[in-house]
Amino acid sequence: MAVTGLILIGYLLAHMYGNLKIFAGAEAFNEYAHHLRALGEPLLPHTGALWIIRVVLLISVLGHMYAAFNLWSRAHKARGGTRRYYSHKSRTGVQRTYASFTLRWGGVVILLFVIYHLLHLTWNIIHPGGAAAEPYDRVVNGFQIWSVVLAYTIAMIAVGFHVRHGTWSALTTLGANTSSLARRRLNVLAYAVAGLVTVGFLLPPFAILFGFVS
Amino acid sequence: MNVTLRVWRQANGRAKGKMAIYRVNDISEDMSFLEMLDVLNERLTLQGDDPIAFDSDCREGICGMCGLVINGVAHGPQQTTTCQLHMRSFSDGDVIDVEPWRADPFPVIKDLVVDRSAFDRIIQAGGYISAPTGTAPDAHATPVPKRDADRAFDAATCISCGACVAACPNGSAMLFTAAKITHLGLLPQGQPERYSRVVGMVAQHDAEGFGGCTNIGECTAVCPKAIPFETISRLNRDLISALTHGGSHWPRAAPKGETEVDEED
Amino acid sequence: MASKPPDVHVTNSELLDSLDADSFYVEGADIADTKAPKVPIDRRWEERRFRARLVNPANRRKLSVIIVGTGLAGSSAAATLGEAGYNVTCFCYQDSPRRAHSIAAQGGINAAKNYRNDGDSVYRLFYDTVKGGDFRARESNVYRLAEVSVEIIDQCVAQGVPFAREYGGLLDNRSFGGVQVSRTFYARGQTGQQLLIGAYQALERQIAAGTVEMNTRHEMLELIVVDGRARGVVIRDMVTGAIETHFADAVVLATGGYSNVFFLSTNAMGCNVTATWRAYRKGAYFANPCFTQIHPTCIPVSGDYQSKLTLMSESLRNDGRIWVPKSGEDKRDPREIPEQDRDYYLERLYPSFGNLVPRDIASRAAKNVCDEGRGVGPGGLGVYLDFAAAIARLGRPTVEARYGNLFQIYAQITGDDPYQTPMRIYPAVHYTMGGLWVDYDLASSIPGLYVTGEANFSDHGANRLGASALMQGLADGYFVLPNTISDYLADGPFPQVDQSHPAVTEAVEAVRARINTLLSVNGSRTVDSFHRELGRLIWDYCGMERSEEGLRKALTRIRELKKEYWSDVRVLGTNEELNQALERAGRVADFFELGELMCIDALVRRESCGGHFRVESQTPDGEALRNDAEFAYVSAWEFGGDDRRPILHKEPLVYEYVEMKQRSYK
Repeated sequence: MAVTGLILIGYLLAHMYGNLKIFAGAEAFNEYAHHLRALGEPLLPHTGALWIIRVVLLISVLGHMYAAFNLWSRAHKARGGTRRYYSHKSRTGVQRTYASFTLRWGGVVILLFVIYHLLHLTWNIIHPGGAAAEPYDRVVNGFQIWSVVLAYTIAMIAVGFHVRHGTWSALTTLGANTSSLARRRLNVLAYAVAGLVTVGFLLPPFAILFGFVS
Repeated sequence: MNVTLRVWRQANGRAKGKMAIYRVNDISEDMSFLEMLDVLNERLTLQGDDPIAFDSDCREGICGMCGLVINGVAHGPQQTTTCQLHMRSFSDGDVIDVEPWRADPFPVIKDLVVDRSAFDRIIQAGGYISAPTGTAPDAHATPVPKRDADRAFDAATCISCGACVAACPNGSAMLFTAAKITHLGLLPQGQPERYSRVVGMVAQHDAEGFGGCTNIGECTAVCPKAIPFETISRLNRDLISALTHGGSHWPRAAPKGETEVDEED
Repeated sequence: MASKPPDVHVTNSELLDSLDADSFYVEGADIADTKAPKVPIDRRWEERRFRARLVNPANRRKLSVIIVGTGLAGSSAAATLGEAGYNVTCFCYQDSPRRAHSIAAQGGINAAKNYRNDGDSVYRLFYDTVKGGDFRARESNVYRLAEVSVEIIDQCVAQGVPFAREYGGLLDNRSFGGVQVSRTFYARGQTGQQLLIGAYQALERQIAAGTVEMNTRHEMLELIVVDGRARGVVIRDMVTGAIETHFADAVVLATGGYSNVFFLSTNAMGCNVTATWRAYRKGAYFANPCFTQIHPTCIPVSGDYQSKLTLMSESLRNDGRIWVPKSGEDKRDPREIPEQDRDYYLERLYPSFGNLVPRDIASRAAKNVCDEGRGVGPGGLGVYLDFAAAIARLGRPTVEARYGNLFQIYAQITGDDPYQTPMRIYPAVHYTMGGLWVDYDLASSIPGLYVTGEANFSDHGANRLGASALMQGLADGYFVLPNTISDYLADGPFPQVDQSHPAVTEAVEAVRARINTLLSVNGSRTVDSFHRELGRLIWDYCGMERSEEGLRKALTRIRELKKEYWSDVRVLGTNEELNQALERAGRVADFFELGELMCIDALVRRESCGGHFRVESQTPDGEALRNDAEFAYVSAWEFGGDDRRPILHKEPLVYEYVEMKQRSYK
């Protein structure tokens, strides 16, 4: 869970960096998208690196989902079914973060979004705002529609929460939280990464929606 | 003061339980929560109703026998054991929900009493230092840095009450397991078995049916002894070391309780 | 009747002269031999170990031992015997062996390590313990305890007990009540917990290894004696109610003390005398039952509902000043009572020791001022322990560093802030020096029945020193019993016991009959209401101060109350379930019988010694006065039968190494 999660967070950060290229203009953005396919040449064949990344990502996502399902099912059994306490006076726990609360369902939301996202921008199967050959145009066409931006925003907030608890939890699981100082630092780091990812991903769509990028 | 209790009643492990309502009038706010239940039980007995079964022993917060989920929180509103919770933490007229620890590995025996023997089996799986009686070197043979001794002590104060499990949204006993791993792992005497211990105890933890830890932190927040959350990371660190060092750290065969004797003797 | 020593201050001479305690008991033969080897004291333990027969490791697996109780004495014995290769079966009434009441001990554990280089030695620990016990302990046993103390610390450190350490990494020591050396090892205020967890882990290791079979939530209700040997126990499974029989070649009782006869004590709710009492009824002698220790610094009772008392470490008396208002009429807030209206009675009565007088003296002084009507708090049963002067002198941070956790406990329980307002304290029972009589081997008077820890009449005489209970429990369990029991087991294995043997069926039937009676009385009073009343009687008449008149009154009343109990107690439910009222009912029934014997023992011992203070035997200024000429013996009581008088066997105490002296703390 922790390892796959960290790989995915790493990917998110790289992805976000790529997205921000949109502010450098259509040419730079498209060049970046093409460059990804040529990455590693001539050592690797065309799109070779991309495929390696894709395979690693796919394994990570599947591994992450498997681990999540496993944890959920163990927790479900350990809690003794759905109805645990009759008292509803402490539904939100003593100190738990909202991020930890939304981890599982948030993960499902993210999964659905990723499928939609791939259909839209990667595989070019659905085209809100009109089809286009170049990635830049697909992005710009799509994010001129407010509903697309809204869906994207919801997904990114879910990602933010997920990353907030995920970063903290992954590093704790890997043994980085061995003092109260480390705990404070990890929490700051988790908030920072989550904030960075959320804001970083949300900048391009809003810039497009409000016409700063066209 | 007067309060209303909604209490989990269950005749035995096989029976279906339900919440029952009791009015408890004229109680003192200086009573402990368990003394309030004692008073209720006295009244129930005189009325001819079965008194409520609940565990408690030392009633000074150290034996770990007591433990109730009060208003949905393990050990109730104060971060202490149930026996150290007093009625002054509640107000006149309150409706108070009282339930047993809920977890699959802690089956209910009766009413508010649960079976926590899973904890003993986790300890059996490695939560000790093999130091047969009489074989010890002088106590001063190995100095232990004060910092390590103090941190080991902090972890060793676990009273094994099970509040961590009752509070964990995953039903995990990781804080309990980690407290022991940390206590013994920080001391020089605990080093030889450090890695086999963590592998054995975590395997037993999982086999008992406790859930996995997702680092939510509810356990530490209700722990009457405030076992630090960091112990879990320490456990993970030891576990990773053990797993990446291969078979040499896997638990040995259980020690035999007898000395091998030369047949010709 | 022997003549009174000339300086006895007789408060009620008429009663003393008409004393006819004889009608309560019969005198039997003296105990001639305690089996301590007849060599110089420092060689006795070595000699005993050498003479004790050994069991070949291959034969040990053919021998079985039952151990009841898993506190320090039981867990350590079970772990050690299991490791040695015997088949051990262990029982405890709690849901885990780690919950036994040893866990609640706070202060520390003594050992003659002399790590401070302050002149400590085995001999000094021996000397302090004999003197502290007011010359009513057996020299041989105490010397061995002091010898073994050194090994205990080594053993515990090797097990990972996190004792307090200094910056150099070596073990820290503190000094403790009434001794001049620093020999107490500690783990903050939770020494008992840490030592018990060490022993518990060793025990769990043996359970995993299959040498010890552990049965939790199982309570011993009867001892099985076959052909004169202790061969087994009748046990009730507290979850299912099943009455089981278990057999072995030897039985060890490590079931703790009987302070709960007082209802209110610092013991855990479940602590009881049943195991040792059942053994007494089967022929094991019960020694010095009236020797109980009352601790001066406990949190006072706040109401009738109170279920137990909580101890506050004795160390509080180092900086706190104890006082009551000069006038009983003075009901002002303590902070508003000016100095001239306060009575710092310990400082007044004992100018040289002041607030640091020994436990028994501090306790009795508190009782006296409360009896004068000057007690404070609800019911007038409390005295102030004031830190205002200490806070002014040392500053709050220092006081907080020294006593922070204790202040927190106090605030948690009482709702008062001891930094602002003086604490209220009152004495409470917390340890019983009496228990089953054992010889040098820890063997009781029934062959094959061994008794360890607080359950035996122990090494503490009439008063136990602080930090010595943990030492004794572990000494017995780790080092003494495993060495002595082999001498008995060397004769085994004994013939297998048949389930249909009359001794077995009789024991099982007796247990069933008792349970059925308790369940069928269906009277009008709860078990706790009887227990509370019994406790109050014992506390009033066999507590801090005992008198001929009071003890006689108590005996009459206890006997009446016992009759009422068996005809008016109400226990609901059935045997075949978890039935906590039924568990308590059986224990309280035994407390009645024990309470009677305690009063008889106190009545017979017409002297004051240690925790036993007879008003008839005091010095002109009100201090305890021992009578060595007549009472330098251990009272070992033999059961005479239901409604028959118990038989007193005296074990004379001979002091070859420590000279008998009268204590003085003026």
